[in-house]
Amino acid sequence: MKEQMRIADEKGLKELKNSILQERDPRKPCITICGGTGCHGYACEKVIAVVENEIERQNLKDRVNMRITGCHGFCERGPIVVIYPEKVFYQRVAVEDVPEILSQTIINGKIIERLLYTDPNTGVKCVHEDDVSFYNKQKRIIFGNNGKIDPTNIYDYIALDGYGALCKALFHMAPEQIIEEVKRSRLRGRGGGGFPTGKKWEITRASKEKIKYIICNCDEGDPGAYMDRSLMEGNPHSVLEGMAIGAYAIVAHEGYIYIRNEYPLAVKDVEIAIQQAEEQGLLGENILNSGFDFTIRVHKAAGAFVCGEETALISSIEGKLDGPRPRPPFPAQKGLWGKPTNINNVETWANVPVIIDKGADWFSKIGTEKSKGTKVFSVVGKVKNTGLVEVPMGITLREIVYDIGGGILNDKKFKAVQTGGPSGGCIPESLIDLPVDYERLTEVGSMMGSGGMIVMDENTCMVDIAKYFLSFLEDESCGKCVPCREGIEIMREILTKICKGEGEEQDIELLEEIAMTVKEASLCGLGQTASNPVLTSIKYFRDEYEEHIKNKRCPAGVCLDLIQYLIDAEKCNGCGACVRPCPSQAITGEKKKLHSLDQEKCIKCGVCYETCKFDAIIIY
Amino acid sequence: MITLAIDNHKVHVKEGTTILKALEKLGIKIPTLCHHEGLLPYSACRLCIVEIIKEKGNQIVAACSFPVEEGMKVLTHSDRILKRRRMIVEFLLARCPDVKAVRDLADKMRIKKSRFKPKNEDCILCGLCVRVCNDIAGIGAIGFVNRGKNLKVDTPFHLASDVCIGCGACSYVCPTGAIEMELDAVKRFRESLGSEHKCRYALMGLVSYKVCSNNYECWKCKVDQRIRDTLATHPIFAAKEIKTEKVKQYFSFLKRIKE
Amino acid sequence: MNIDKVDKILKAYSMKDTHLVSILLDIQAEANFLPRETLPYVAKKLGVPLSRVCRFATFYKAFSLKPRGKHVIKVCLGTACHVRGAVNVLQRIERELGIRTGYTTRDFKFTLETVNCLGACALGPLVVIDNDYHGQMSPTKIPKMLKDY
Repeated sequence: MKEQMRIADEKGLKELKNSILQERDPRKPCITICGGTGCHGYACEKVIAVVENEIERQNLKDRVNMRITGCHGFCERGPIVVIYPEKVFYQRVAVEDVPEILSQTIINGKIIERLLYTDPNTGVKCVHEDDVSFYNKQKRIIFGNNGKIDPTNIYDYIALDGYGALCKALFHMAPEQIIEEVKRSRLRGRGGGGFPTGKKWEITRASKEKIKYIICNCDEGDPGAYMDRSLMEGNPHSVLEGMAIGAYAIVAHEGYIYIRNEYPLAVKDVEIAIQQAEEQGLLGENILNSGFDFTIRVHKAAGAFVCGEETALISSIEGKLDGPRPRPPFPAQKGLWGKPTNINNVETWANVPVIIDKGADWFSKIGTEKSKGTKVFSVVGKVKNTGLVEVPMGITLREIVYDIGGGILNDKKFKAVQTGGPSGGCIPESLIDLPVDYERLTEVGSMMGSGGMIVMDENTCMVDIAKYFLSFLEDESCGKCVPCREGIEIMREILTKICKGEGEEQDIELLEEIAMTVKEASLCGLGQTASNPVLTSIKYFRDEYEEHIKNKRCPAGVCLDLIQYLIDAEKCNGCGACVRPCPSQAITGEKKKLHSLDQEKCIKCGVCYETCKFDAIIIY
Repeated sequence: MITLAIDNHKVHVKEGTTILKALEKLGIKIPTLCHHEGLLPYSACRLCIVEIIKEKGNQIVAACSFPVEEGMKVLTHSDRILKRRRMIVEFLLARCPDVKAVRDLADKMRIKKSRFKPKNEDCILCGLCVRVCNDIAGIGAIGFVNRGKNLKVDTPFHLASDVCIGCGACSYVCPTGAIEMELDAVKRFRESLGSEHKCRYALMGLVSYKVCSNNYECWKCKVDQRIRDTLATHPIFAAKEIKTEKVKQYFSFLKRIKE
Repeated sequence: MNIDKVDKILKAYSMKDTHLVSILLDIQAEANFLPRETLPYVAKKLGVPLSRVCRFATFYKAFSLKPRGKHVIKVCLGTACHVRGAVNVLQRIERELGIRTGYTTRDFKFTLETVNCLGACALGPLVVIDNDYHGQMSPTKIPKMLKDY
């Protein structure tokens, strides 16, 4: 690492980049290991430690570099190790594999077959990252650099032309030009609202107030969505650079990153990134001697979904918590401490340097008529390849779920995809060829949201899912306005009743009536979109509701009060494996003879179903 | 000046006026519960919702905080609005079945009973007491705690307040009678040292008298009587010039917002 | 909790009330929960009404005004984990420990909480104990997981 010094100007940045590149031999192998939160769940830190030790032990410091990167996106297959320059892709790497990787792949150039990813459709083993269909069907203009950057080392970002777009903006473009470029790109807010970003910047800039603020919304509250976390963990500088460009265009000198406390690694990485950027003169006072000041502070959130709503977020930073607040006035007109404030989502900010660097024309070629660019989605749930995918707007759900996602887990039947989290809706199989963009998703009753995509199969109960989302919102509602506070709880109570088998004939209509009031009369987006899961599940899965209400049955086998665990007489061979684990001793039987399950004792915990290797326990 | 139409009646108001104020000028009445002239709009009860006619689909907004626009067409009693308003009252009636203000509203709208499970609360969570104590009096003896269905108004840890100035503004603004002036404050004042027997109006900054000569029996006090006679509202709104200035500033800001 | 520690935290944030959330988070990290007694002190030092500090302490899910156990178990109830059976996992933990969600075992060993998505969906259903991630949990795996603590 070179000695830290402030970069004097644009030329200085170019020189620094060149000297970094010169010091790095592109032919020298580099082992990159994913250090994202997801991979921490796979104890990647143990793999990292062993790699470090082995390099030391085998005296390989001159022959191989090591880099701990942020999230690569293919979370199903962690721990992930990618070896440059060939980009050999190893997945599910265990601590025991490490010595072999070093001796075989690094030293002898041999590929270790068992660590390769096997394409589920062709059966072929993919050697290089670019061969892996999970990746090559994506268009990773925002996320792609995650695998190449150590987020705690700013030089990695600079080596990839980092902060070049900021230079272009500061030294070669006027603020109005920058805004015009972002407008022309037709970039829309990636947090869910989809408001044209350039237009928002323009409104904020137009105010005659001297003090203005920039905010990055990293409160990512949608359960099942973690794109922003991975971006912030893996490539924080892309967000900082975007914010700096926006600040220059709008003429703001202070920025805040509002980030969830539940994301400690992201908090750590962005704080380090800010510190390093300031040391290099890329943030703070007199950036690159341009005369422009812009300081970014990190502000932690503490567990409130509603604080992802912009006015509530602002009131939280102000230390008042009286939000959400009625709009107008909009934050762009009167926001933080009454000043014009431009709030954008993490992914939106990360798009800005790309747009300034490559131009609006290039950007607007990607995507559909009204939705330009790419979107990062978290594809999770009952899908084989769980992970983060970045795709051009307009790709179909089928392509995401099957081509990239690899299809349904355990090859079960696809039932629906939930997009937009608790504010979105479920999209059934009949619409699986729907091109994904803001308009189309809204047309079918859902919404883009922040990008969470929960895949559901035949064993997901849609009534239970509606109840789940309402329970979530009931817990997260701030309680300020009547429709949201009272209406959501009432809807959830009706759904609980239905799932218990106590549903009544008129419940569906009543749900719809309450849903419309909550939707139309609530104060903020939380309440206004709270009804979407209920309304879409009734629209597309009404028969499931009716089964629950009329026949007291849960076809998906989920609602505990409506299902029974039974022993299949044809399949049970009396092995008795299910007897001991049963917490209520409900199963009895003689060895090698058909066992019996006492319904009175059964608490439906599902342990026997899990344990039986012969599929002899069925959920009825 | 802006011209707009409310229920097909034209009205002219200054820029920055809210729809609610424009309604008042026309003499059209819509229900409100969380609104007070002396406080910033809160838009929480949602009873004042109105429908704005728009090409791409009508918009439902809260009249108390939404600023008027040239050529706006507003409906205050459309079928859709009435439906939503009725359900909001049903929600409130379920939450507070014995509160007179809510019962009166329900009666006006001919709602006999709520379809939803009664909760037997006496507070409608309109926030008026909290707002007057925090924003106008600047004391903050009470506040909201928790969130969602557990939201309630309380003193810290539900203990007797040691900062309450006993001004009674909270019970003055409360539409339901759920909050009453904290008698603990009176007790506290009586027990304080001789030199600190500040009159509550002195605490409010309205008078420079220092000592209460009535043993805090404000209802017998001539000063109290005089102040109430001259002002049409609770003294707290006249007292804190700075705070009411904030209210004035907010509305003048709305004037300056351009499309 | 030691007043000096609170002072240190307040100083680190330059006594600014806009950092109230971070201040309370740091106090909680130090004491393993948010002790009630610290709140009036914090309010006084920051020059804000106590009611505002209480508002923050009770509004956000991250704060616990009750003492917590030695090990804090967090069960993720995000949508992806829910769809993969997190409810059954939670119920199993409740049974094993004999406590309901939000409570602490009598011996103060475990506190059971839920979280609305930790962002590690590939590992669902996910249970985090202190800083350890336990992925792909199922009811049968729970007793063994708890034994390690």
